Amino acid sequence: MVAADSRASMGGYISSQSVKKIIEINPYMLGTMAGGAADCQFWHRNLGIKCRLHALANKRRISVSGASKLLANMLYSYRGMGLSVGTMIAGWDETGPGLYYVDNEGGRLKGDRFSVGSGSPYAYGVLDSGYKYDMSVEETSELARRSIYHATFRDGASGGVASVYHVGPEGWTKLSGDDVEELHYHYYPVAPAIAEQVMEEATAE
Amino acid sequence: MARYDRAITVFSPDGHLFQVEYALEAVRKGNAAVGVRGTDTVVLAVEKKSTPKLQDSRSARKIVSLDNHIALACAGLKADARVLINKARIECQSHRLTLEDPVTVEYITRYIAGLQQKYTQSGGVRPFGLSTLIVGFDPYTRIPALYQTDPSGTFSAWKANATGRNSNSIREFLEKNYKESSGQETVKLAIRALLEVVESGGKNIEVAVMTREEEGVLKQLEEEEIDIIVAEIEAEKAAAEAAKKGPAKET
Repeated sequence: MVAADSRASMGGYISSQSVKKIIEINPYMLGTMAGGAADCQFWHRNLGIKCRLHALANKRRISVSGASKLLANMLYSYRGMGLSVGTMIAGWDETGPGLYYVDNEGGRLKGDRFSVGSGSPYAYGVLDSGYKYDMSVEETSELARRSIYHATFRDGASGGVASVYHVGPEGWTKLSGDDVEELHYHYYPVAPAIAEQVMEEATAE
Repeated sequence: MARYDRAITVFSPDGHLFQVEYALEAVRKGNAAVGVRGTDTVVLAVEKKSTPKLQDSRSARKIVSLDNHIALACAGLKADARVLINKARIECQSHRLTLEDPVTVEYITRYIAGLQQKYTQSGGVRPFGLSTLIVGFDPYTRIPALYQTDPSGTFSAWKANATGRNSNSIREFLEKNYKESSGQETVKLAIRALLEVVESGGKNIEVAVMTREEEGVLKQLEEEEIDIIVAEIEAEKAAAEAAKKGPAKET
């Protein structure tokens, strides 16, 4: 399950509330964007090209571990030159589901769950407390959505729309895209004020 | 300082690359090699000219492994083979490092063929004088495969093939007698094919087998084991001859 917010900021200025932070590398692999938007977009696109060339040359799809390694090696060769990329590569291959964290220092980690970005500590809190390895798709998508929501609630650099994608054996599908403002009132509904109640009673009679 | 930028392999007026064709001649003079692919087994068998008494036969192995799951046999210039095999072995490991997966048989064959082609189109070098037979099992899918490459740099997949001395007659035999086989039957077919052109006996043949169950293991058969199989084959041949002659006598 992959989820992300959609806010881009330049210092204290919110430059966009509608950034696509989940990048579709190909129909069965997703990448997430954290750090520099241009860097992430460019290198994910570049990775998509490399994955396609691999599939054409070898007549079979590249594995998630292979794709993430290609990205990590590329970023390592630019180490120290100011790239800012914190990404997760999620996909499905012959060995099953794969999730890797890759960053601009060339670090690459395999794992079952990651949270990346400025709001990541808040997301980790919710994610770690609600996570079990054998959750259903619905439970997991709700957990992912909540994690993003809580990150956007507390972190000023996170906000906009919480998108949730599911990655399965047949590829990825987008499950939902909810505005985090609406999610807030969905999770924490506000009781109507007394005056409104009186008004309703009057019209009912 | 000598210049190494002049091309040596150039076209003839009628479209031939003579250096490549001469390289194929070198292959034709090399020892016979046979490869057979079964449903769960792959076999390589190579003709072994008599080993000098003082030579350590283990250092002159003709069937080598490129990785745990890939083996190679070749016919032609053995020194060229050494260079090609070393480069292929490095590529197998490099692939494991960057892709975190072992190579497929097709990938490494494509790499070796690519190298052979490069040397037909580069300055100052001559083509490699060898054809290779590459066998193995693909990782994950575990499908067995047999490929052949030649000095021109072409490659293709085969169910069974031969290269080197008398490869045409061996191939004819294989075409007549090939059928889907597994396990020991595959080994027997390979040895039977090689025996068409090689003197019978365990000390004239080198055989290596890889099975799907033990795909990380290339089993080089001992002389005694080969002798046993050869004896079986001879017995089968004799029985077939007798069966042919038998009914005729009765009528």
